[in-house]
Amino acid sequence: MPASSLAVTDVVAGYNSTPVLNGVSITARPATITAVLGANGAGKTTLLRTISGFVRTRGGQVRLDDVSLTRLAPDHIARAGVAHVPEGQGVITELTVEENLKLGLLLRRRADRAAALEDAYRKFSILADRRRRHAATLSGGERQMLVIARALLSAPRVLLLDEPSLGLAPKVVAQVMDLVRQLRDESGLTVLLVEQNARSALSIADQGVVLNLGKVVATAAAGELAADVALRRHYLGF
Amino acid sequence: MQEFVEFTLGGVSDGVIYAAIGLSLVLIWRATRVLNYAQGGLAMFTSYIALMVINATGNYWLGFVVALAAGLVIGGVVERVVIRPAAGKPHLNTVIVTIGLLILVEGLAGIIYGSKNRSFPTPYSIVGAKIGSFDLGEGASPSAIFTAVAVLAAAGLLAVLFRYTPVGLRMRASAFSGTVAQLMGVRVGRITTLGWALAGLIGALAGMLVTPQTFLYPNSMDSIFVLGFTAAVIGGLDSPGGAIVGGLILGVLLNYVTGYVGSNLPELAGLALLILVLMFRPSGLFASTATRQV
Amino acid sequence: MTLARNAGLGIIACVVLLVLCSKLDAYRQYQMAQVAATVVAVAGLTVLIGVSGQLSIGHGAFMFVGGYATALLVLHLNWPLALAIVASAVVAGLAGGVMGVAAARLRGPYLAGATLMLAVALPAVAYQWQGVFGGDQGLDFTVNTPGFLGASFQLTEWQGWVCCICLVIVMVLLANLLRSRIGRSWRALRDNETAAALAGLNVARLRVLAFMLSAACAGVAGSLLAMTMLNVTPGAFTLALSIQLLTAVVLGGLGSLAGAVWGGIILVLVPPFLTDFAASHGFSSASASVPIAGYGLVLIIVMLVFPAGIQGGVRRLLGPVAPAATGPVSAIGRRLARRLEEGSTTDARQEGVDKEGTRWPDTAN
Ligand SMILES: Nc1ncnc2c1ncn2[C@@H]1O[C@H](COP(=O)(O)OP(=O)(O)OP(=O)(O)O)[C@@H](O)[C@H]1O
Ligand SMILES: [Mg+2]
Repeated sequence: MPASSLAVTDVVAGYNSTPVLNGVSITARPATITAVLGANGAGKTTLLRTISGFVRTRGGQVRLDDVSLTRLAPDHIARAGVAHVPEGQGVITELTVEENLKLGLLLRRRADRAAALEDAYRKFSILADRRRRHAATLSGGERQMLVIARALLSAPRVLLLDEPSLGLAPKVVAQVMDLVRQLRDESGLTVLLVEQNARSALSIADQGVVLNLGKVVATAAAGELAADVALRRHYLGF
Repeated sequence: MQEFVEFTLGGVSDGVIYAAIGLSLVLIWRATRVLNYAQGGLAMFTSYIALMVINATGNYWLGFVVALAAGLVIGGVVERVVIRPAAGKPHLNTVIVTIGLLILVEGLAGIIYGSKNRSFPTPYSIVGAKIGSFDLGEGASPSAIFTAVAVLAAAGLLAVLFRYTPVGLRMRASAFSGTVAQLMGVRVGRITTLGWALAGLIGALAGMLVTPQTFLYPNSMDSIFVLGFTAAVIGGLDSPGGAIVGGLILGVLLNYVTGYVGSNLPELAGLALLILVLMFRPSGLFASTATRQV
Repeated sequence: MTLARNAGLGIIACVVLLVLCSKLDAYRQYQMAQVAATVVAVAGLTVLIGVSGQLSIGHGAFMFVGGYATALLVLHLNWPLALAIVASAVVAGLAGGVMGVAAARLRGPYLAGATLMLAVALPAVAYQWQGVFGGDQGLDFTVNTPGFLGASFQLTEWQGWVCCICLVIVMVLLANLLRSRIGRSWRALRDNETAAALAGLNVARLRVLAFMLSAACAGVAGSLLAMTMLNVTPGAFTLALSIQLLTAVVLGGLGSLAGAVWGGIILVLVPPFLTDFAASHGFSSASASVPIAGYGLVLIIVMLVFPAGIQGGVRRLLGPVAPAATGPVSAIGRRLARRLEEGSTTDARQEGVDKEGTRWPDTAN
């Protein structure tokens, strides 16, 4: 399957009367990782929620290749191939670990499911050991791992990761990042990665975008952003 | 001893009916967090439809199938037409909408079919079984056995559906967290309609099974509904298994009270049981143990 | 201040109602008494549900208690009517307290289930102890018009007067209560129980108090109805009555005393109207069922089109007025609630939204 691009154009969106995003444009080229950076409250999570349809756009467009996702329902967008790993949540605690993972599999072809599940258990052996347990009994990091694994199991074309490192051990973070990179290179996955740790995010990303107060203040290749001292000082704090 | 066996069997055969109504309420509760007060009324209505078909064709089983199909369709239609528009309004509005629906179907049944009691056929004999001279009572009649088997089979099929099929997984995911289900591409709206439709089917089944005992009239399911509701509350509204257990406990208890103590007291006994259970388990016996972390 | 004003308004309302009652014929007087009694029950229930946030589908049970208390006191002890009404309120209030304590930990449908079962079970008492309660036939008793009104004073008019006076007294008391600290505390606890508890309110006691009070109102209503019909039977206090009270509360406008008046009027006056309508339009054979179906349809439509009930619609017509529910404590409660929700883990926040039944938590404009 050819890799997909995600284009966000002049998006205006928010929760109440005042919009949180004021005309945000980001283009994620096929098979690239785009780091989305910015201070707390800049609108990063809102951006991802808008792309996946949980926040309604009031202006602008979201396109996956040449299909418009603007104002589609979240489930529709998910079926179109956008997987969203929300910020520190998303596990269904009443289901077992395996059932949570199977939810991801439902988006795949029936024939691939069993092999994909085994593959996921190989990559996330912690989950394999706990497959029959209720997700409520998982630790915070294990839950995060479960949500990431589930998103990957749905064989997405675009992956939206909202602070995936939250609560994960550095070693596991590295492992997840390696996996993301590998999926980009081998399966052409396009990734939007929201991270607080700008330095490490930029180190694996192809492109970086800095949000501030609901606007894009910088878009550049990851290396350039990391090298821009003034921008780093001002917005990224390293 | 003979009495005890008779009361117990009678209790089980009543209890499975409460269990079936309770189960249908649980299905709806899990799908939409709504308690459908019209569930009994809808079952009454499908029983009328069945009776029409049976009278016209002389074929009980055709009426049986038509009733279940009607329950399925009516359940789904109700969700789409009156429940979904109430979503997002104050929760009590949905409660009143379902009560309004109950009153509406009871009124409609009165207008269409009149309000006189009609007898209702059973597919099997209601004569109690005997082992030698030991009378097992009506609770062991072929009809009662059919009732128990039908309800337990329906419950078993639902359990299989929930636990082992993709659509069951989607239903459970939607029930526990609509947002996450959507995130995973589940069409939550359709799944919700399906939940109501299945509940309508189970309710129609309960109507077919209990109406031979109550006769058929517009309010014929009212007291059955109350007891089914009680069964679901005792078991815990999130737990299909709880509804079954709650129904059986309630059915057996009420039969003991009626048999040993007095025929006016079963309702009071039911109230006492309900209060007692809820005092110790405010969300029913089988309240989900996977508590959310706050 | 408000106490004086409410009392003044009450006296005026009372005079108007009594004069109105005198002008009507006996049947209308009877209906007026029924409306007044029903409004008392609906007002008590609207306070319980709409202000303290607890659902009861079984308030007919407390009317049962009040009705039988009045009948027994008048029949056996010859108590004067006023005293019997007060005593009925007390007895029903105590019954409500017991139920309130038993139900203190129950929420939503669990509370609904318990109260529903109460309404179904309590009339069985009348069948079980026939010697005291008269079984199916119930109890008949008589009340007399007081001597100072003269011998020609009609009983129906006197019944109408008693009901209207009681109605006004109950409404004035409730209106003042809702403006008091207790009313504000109830709203705070309705808006967010955790926050109310953190703000130092005794949640359990407040909940039980609301149950007692609204049961006492139902007791008064039951007593008034018994006094109007001069008998009590278990058949007068069915589950259907309880459900009608609930529908009247929501139809009128949840939590609003004015809404309770609308609800009570509809409950008493609309069914006979619909029956007449059905009869005059050739539904004669099914005429009993037409008003039933019509009422069900009206309930559904009003709930979907006027989610805030009749009083909400009236308020919307009269233009924006500050919502009555905003008291200082309530505002604090809401602010606290917001802070709590923001502070809790996002997991809990999202699930909380789900359990409220909102399927699209963040897409709502
Ligand atoms: N559900 C909501 N309702 C109203 N306002 C919200 C809601 N969620 C977020 N906001 C507001 O929108 C703004 C952007 O929030 P957002 O969650 O997108 O920030 P973020 O960039 O992801 O921050 P963080 O790094 O802290 O996760 C903030 O000011 C926040 O208070
Ligand atoms: Mg964020």
